[in-house]
Amino acid sequence: MSKLKTNRLIDSAFKYVGIACTLFGLAMLGIFIGDILIKGLMRIDWDFITSLPSRKASKAGILTAWTGTAWILGLTSIIAIPLGISAGIYLEEYGKKSRLASLIEVNIANLAGIPSIIYGLLGLEIFVRVLNFGGSLIAGALTLSLLILPIIIVGTREAIKAVPTSLREASYGLGATKWQTIWHQVLPAASGGILTGIILALSRAIGETAPLIVIGALAYVPFVAHSPFDEFTVLPMQIFNWVSRPQHEFLVNGAAAIIILLLITFVMNGIALYLRNKWQKKIKW
Amino acid sequence: MNSVRGLLLITVLLFSFSCGQKEANNASEKLSGDIRIDGSSTVYPITEAIAEEFRVKQPSINVTIGVSGTGGGFKKFCRGESDINDASRLIKESEVGACQEGGIKYVGLKVAYDGLAVLVNKENTWVDHFTVEELKKIWEPAAQGKITKWNQIRSTWPNTEFTLYGPGVASGTYDYFTEAIVGKSGSSRGDFTASEDDNVLVKGIAGDKNAIGFFGMAYYEENMEILKLAPVDNGKGAVSPSQETVMNGSYAPLSRPVFIYVSEEALKKPEVSEFVRFYLSNARSIATDVGYVALPEQESKSEIAKFEAFAKGQ
Repeated sequence: MSKLKTNRLIDSAFKYVGIACTLFGLAMLGIFIGDILIKGLMRIDWDFITSLPSRKASKAGILTAWTGTAWILGLTSIIAIPLGISAGIYLEEYGKKSRLASLIEVNIANLAGIPSIIYGLLGLEIFVRVLNFGGSLIAGALTLSLLILPIIIVGTREAIKAVPTSLREASYGLGATKWQTIWHQVLPAASGGILTGIILALSRAIGETAPLIVIGALAYVPFVAHSPFDEFTVLPMQIFNWVSRPQHEFLVNGAAAIIILLLITFVMNGIALYLRNKWQKKIKW
Repeated sequence: MNSVRGLLLITVLLFSFSCGQKEANNASEKLSGDIRIDGSSTVYPITEAIAEEFRVKQPSINVTIGVSGTGGGFKKFCRGESDINDASRLIKESEVGACQEGGIKYVGLKVAYDGLAVLVNKENTWVDHFTVEELKKIWEPAAQGKITKWNQIRSTWPNTEFTLYGPGVASGTYDYFTEAIVGKSGSSRGDFTASEDDNVLVKGIAGDKNAIGFFGMAYYEENMEILKLAPVDNGKGAVSPSQETVMNGSYAPLSRPVFIYVSEEALKKPEVSEFVRFYLSNARSIATDVGYVALPEQESKSEIAKFEAFAKGQ
């Protein structure tokens, strides 16, 4: 066999290996979603979404769980997004490229890899005890904010890095100040990438349970929170509680709640994809 | 194109708004009736059911329940962070000390019984029952690596290896089983499949012909068709766990009481004493409803009397 032939063979072999790997991932996801849909889809109705938890599986609902998740997501976005984007802008546009800067850079990357339960312990000590927020929504949101800040910062920095220098230079050339350049040119151009980072971060936050258990998220909450200082539960807590119960009807409830959680994640990702495409099209240099 | 900037501004505004709400909230917190309960996930289904029924009677009292585990719950309880602690075992020495340090006085009240069932695979034809000594031989720390085959437990059983399944070492169920069988709480061999989720144990035992495992009897009752129950002989004949045998005490030593601990400080709030009274007087019917065993009537009455004496004594 000639060398050329061997290379061509390797080339096409790699293609099929790649396809196989992709299909494997997709098949696993498909099996999982299919299994959950078969088990839980019939259980979802309006009552399920608007009922309080109950000892009778057929009467139990996820009202407090999904509203808790919505509260946590909202508060976490409010806290983490401005902080994360601002920190990203500073590090990329203003920060001097010194040893300190590279130290900070390495440590932000490290922070993104710390197990979430460690953030939970930090949150318990600082937000729950020292700041005396108790096991409230705000304590949970602050803890999750810490958890996802590194992801947002890294995402913002990468997005800003990808903006061509020529754009900045043109802006300076027209007499714009640094801030004007960032606000009117760099940020809009980087918005797609920044948004991707935010959505990845929030999607992580939505599924986190461990840090919330540590700071004191509850299993049974019979009322919808009215303020950030109320106690709360979240969907993953409710799911875990149900799947570890002996009665099979609760397992079905768990599957149904998983579908709702997946739906929230898919909708969030969908919105992000839509916005990114929409904004990307508007940018013309 | 302004979207990221808009997003940034909106979130900053919302953030300052949410910070400003703090004052208003602290003031209203004292007025509303809140009861904070934490503790064992084993006791959780009973307390949840009681809270659900209590809400029908007292809709403006907010009862919240956490599941930090018996030990995690006692930590909060002794700091004064919760009013009631669900416990699947008696309070430990160290926890008594912690409560003294925190200045928390409390009363422990029995609310129900739970039987621990010993299970084997449905295809297991040789096990008719275990004696307590046999269980000890299987589970004690010294058995690790040495007792691995069925015929080492009883000579008539086959010469094949068995596998062990049990709840995680942090659970009250594990503590209770080791205390009752091995003689020392928290002491057992380490080479068994452990899971905090009893449904995982059910699946494990159902799929492994040589399995031996244990967990709360509610999980057996829901999975009767895929598991085989092994009666336990404490010297007075083999007994299977059931409502009857657990309640009359003949299924020993693997039936255990579960408790709630109520702090004296919390009882000063009328809603808490109201809740505890409601709990004790409804515990018998609710316990059976969620898969546990009710206290005998006499014992239930004496727990109520114990509570009333404590409540009067403050």
